[in-house]
Amino acid sequence: MANLQANLAGIKSPNPFWLASAPPTNSGYQIMKAFDAGWGGAVWKTLGVPIINTSSRYGALHYRDSRMMGFNNIELITDRPLSHNLKEIEEVKKYFPDHAVIASLMVQSREEWHQIVKDVQNAGADGIELNFGCPHGMCERGMGSAVGQEPEVLKTITEWVMEVANVPVIVKLTPNISDITEPAIGAVQGGADAISLINTIQSVIGVDLDTFVPYPQVDGKSTNGGYCGPAVKPIALNMLKNCAQHPDVTIPISGIGGIESWRDAAEHLLLGASNVQVCTAVMHYGFGIVREMISGLENYMDEKGFETLDDMVGKSLQNVLKWENLNLKYKVVADIDTDKCIGCQLCYIACEDGAHQAIGLSGTEENRVPHIIEENCVGCNLCSLVCPVEECITMVRKDDGKQDVSWTDLAAKDMAPTEFEDEKAGGRHHWVPAPADALKK
Amino acid sequence: MSEYKRPTSEAAFHQNFEQIKPLMNDTEAYYESSRCLFCYDAPCIKACPTGIDIPLFIRQINTGNLKGSAKTIYESNHFGNVCGKVCPTEVLCEGACVYNEQNVKPIEIGRLQSHSTTKAIQDNTKLFTSLPENGKKIAVIGAGPAGIAAACELRLFGYEVDIFEAKAQPSGLALHGTAPYKITNAEVLEEMQYLEAQFGFNTHYNKKINSAAEARELEEKYDAIFLGIGLGGTRSARIEGEDFENCEGATEFIETLKLAPLKAAVGKRVVVIGGGNTAMDAASESSRMGASEVTLLYRRAKEEMPAYEFELDLAKGVGVRAVFNVQPLAVLGDGKVEGIRSIRTESKDGKLSNIAGTEFDIACDMVIKATGQEKQRNFLDTLNVAYDNSGRIEVDEHFRCGKTKYFAAGDAVNGGAEVVNACAEAKKAAQGIHQFLS
Ligand SMILES: Cc1cc2nc3c(=O)[nH]c(=O)nc-3n(C[C@H](O)[C@H](O)[C@H](O)COP(=O)(O)OP(=O)(O)OC[C@H]3O[C@@H](n4cnc5c(N)ncnc54)[C@H](O)[C@@H]3O)c2cc1C
Ligand SMILES: Cc1cc2nc3c(=O)[nH]c(=O)nc-3n(C[C@H](O)[C@H](O)[C@H](O)COP(=O)(O)O)c2cc1C
Ligand code: SF4
Ligand code: SF4
Ligand code: SF4
Repeated sequence: MANLQANLAGIKSPNPFWLASAPPTNSGYQIMKAFDAGWGGAVWKTLGVPIINTSSRYGALHYRDSRMMGFNNIELITDRPLSHNLKEIEEVKKYFPDHAVIASLMVQSREEWHQIVKDVQNAGADGIELNFGCPHGMCERGMGSAVGQEPEVLKTITEWVMEVANVPVIVKLTPNISDITEPAIGAVQGGADAISLINTIQSVIGVDLDTFVPYPQVDGKSTNGGYCGPAVKPIALNMLKNCAQHPDVTIPISGIGGIESWRDAAEHLLLGASNVQVCTAVMHYGFGIVREMISGLENYMDEKGFETLDDMVGKSLQNVLKWENLNLKYKVVADIDTDKCIGCQLCYIACEDGAHQAIGLSGTEENRVPHIIEENCVGCNLCSLVCPVEECITMVRKDDGKQDVSWTDLAAKDMAPTEFEDEKAGGRHHWVPAPADALKK
Repeated sequence: MSEYKRPTSEAAFHQNFEQIKPLMNDTEAYYESSRCLFCYDAPCIKACPTGIDIPLFIRQINTGNLKGSAKTIYESNHFGNVCGKVCPTEVLCEGACVYNEQNVKPIEIGRLQSHSTTKAIQDNTKLFTSLPENGKKIAVIGAGPAGIAAACELRLFGYEVDIFEAKAQPSGLALHGTAPYKITNAEVLEEMQYLEAQFGFNTHYNKKINSAAEARELEEKYDAIFLGIGLGGTRSARIEGEDFENCEGATEFIETLKLAPLKAAVGKRVVVIGGGNTAMDAASESSRMGASEVTLLYRRAKEEMPAYEFELDLAKGVGVRAVFNVQPLAVLGDGKVEGIRSIRTESKDGKLSNIAGTEFDIACDMVIKATGQEKQRNFLDTLNVAYDNSGRIEVDEHFRCGKTKYFAAGDAVNGGAEVVNACAEAKKAAQGIHQFLS
């Protein structure tokens, strides 16, 4: 049986599943309940000078019948007094010495940072997370993402913290920046022990079409919020990969963003996260979902022969290259399994109107199964993605696998197109119907 | 008029008895599992006698962790596969699903459960490994759902388990009783094999425990004895002519149908007496076996019928005619069934009485009595195990029979319920045995 023990920069936890700093970690009550349910660690709701929150605070993006595939909030850091939180940290550690309790912090001056770091250490926190990520409200006051977007400031504050820290320090990054590796490197230079990412993404979740007020609404007005939930996972994974692959980001990473099932967690781990943090999924379903995550990850690790998390962390990184190094000779075309096809013709219209006119119809009422026009198919995957039937459209390799030529190789040999009318253009001899043919159908 | 022809081949039989809850394919299971809301303190769990963590196993199906989902099911219910198919889900888990409140089709929990467990059985997935051995031995009498569930649970605690079964095959009424359109015999037996291989209990067939001497021997050899003996044969209808040829008890009729479907004798015009689920099954089955006219006679009003509404609907759906407030008086004929004489009844203040002068005859060539099963009083006397007025074994909260080393669960204790009840109780009884012995 796989061993799920996790270790992030010396912070140990029975499994890699931590609660992210957010409402589920507002109080000792919730964290104890979560540990009891199986969570391995928790990052306390960000501590600092307590704030006042608005009512209401959240909005959601529903996709058809799926609720909350995206989630948005305009909530700030904790609104509870520091002393109450400290007392509860102490109590939680008493009951759960082997679980990870991390204090998330956000204050302004060097003195405040020193004070609060010492306070949470005294309370028994196993680690500290610096919240440089909040993209609403706090940043208007020069904290949160306002720090995360300025690598120099981030580095300086990290240094302040390191002056007094005697437990591992994690810097939590904001995704609201063009190059995530810059603040990541700032964290390394400031002496941090780990980074975590992502915090929420600046967003407006939607607009009430009757009142013209975006969500969430506070007395007839709104403000931009932070976006998270299943929808943000791809953005998180990309930023995670960028940091994990960067030679100067030499510290471990805690992966956050869109994790709801064991599969999401496994993806984060494979792309270089040493553990994961979860917020929205718990806000949706409660602490109980961790059972699904633990059972699923264990089963996956057993199936793949991974004995410990180290066997899988970062395993996918070697498979992510720059675009320019991908093999341009690799060629796949779509193939329809006519036995499985249910005749919806979504593939046809997707390719016809949205891609390369490489799918044909039989032209008879009886036969609704489309066919691939192989010479037109560029192997884009679109049809296989829209097809509602599992494994019905597959992409079949057509090149002989003997050639590996990338854009870099072409450019080096002066074989890459450089002019508007270049003979070497990829679509040069590709069939394209005449514009007026469109009206004949 | 019946729509079914009498089956003359295995294939035709399976066609007539087409599964009403067929297996799902992966796509259907994915779509259906996507719909589950993962309710907190889910009402479906509470409605399941074995308390399976339904939202968890459904989510595990949805995330592709089929092995984990099977484990979730089997941890609570050792008959996970049989139950997925034969449970009256309409009045249990699915009946409690919150979607009903929205007038939306509830999650098909039973079929999802079969989906997950069928895969585990087919792949012989080992869910329970390295069982402990504690050196103690338990005898189980009866290899029905109760006996087998108890055996599995006892093995998890490390007991050596010997099961003694009177019949040649396992699974009790799950094999010999449940309607063929709910589950095939092969499916029942495959789950049994799967459990046997994994839990390693020993089953001794054609080994009916009968005498006091045999009982004493077991008492000496084993640290505790579990009784999963179920009920007996059909009890007498106490009407004239019930011993005629072609007048049969429902359990016996169904057992023949299940074990040798092509040999089962079914009349052209069949009358079934009774208002329980077994009556509904026997009527449905007669119709599917090609009887051209099947009439169900129940002595009380429709509302008072103990059978589930959906079981009656199922029977009606295959052409069964149900007549209520009718009391059979005598089977007519000359040693062989030719008809049945009945009288109309009425209920007043809960008391049932015949309405004088309303006798009438129905011509038929077969009568099936679904008038309940006998209790095993004689055997219990032999064992010195106490039972109540209606013949149900008396147990304490740990399912122990008085101060004896006997424990009991299932139909023999609850008087006749469902497979899932037998499993739930047997699991608790096994825990009771463990508590008793440790
Ligand atoms: C016609 C019919 C249809 C049914 N349909 C359904 C259904 O669709 N869904 C559902 O959930 N439930 C159904 N049930 C009920 C369900 O089958 C029973 O509740 C369940 O099988 C009870 O399990 P058990 O182990 O207590 O008893 P049984 O299943 O009766 O098993 C008892 C076993 O003990 C053996 N035995 C008895 N005495 C001795 C002895 N002295 N020595 C050795 N062995 C002995 C018997 O041979 C038998 O194998 C149905 C029942 C009937 C009669
Ligand atoms: C309501 C809400 C409040 C949050 N508060 C904080 C916070 O106080 N400190 C912090 O570091 N992150 C906070 N976050 C961000 C989460 O910790 C997490 O980084 C983000 O939600 C992405 O993860 P998810 O997709 O699992 O939700 C908050 C998120 C939400 C939804
Ligand atoms: S979730 Fe709880 S706090 Fe929030 S609006 Fe509903 S009842 Fe109020
Ligand atoms: S999308 Fe898939 S199912 Fe639909 S027509 Fe195309 S191949 Fe057939
Ligand atoms: S009640 Fe229905 S929707 Fe809710 S958890 Fe159970 S099966 Fe899912």
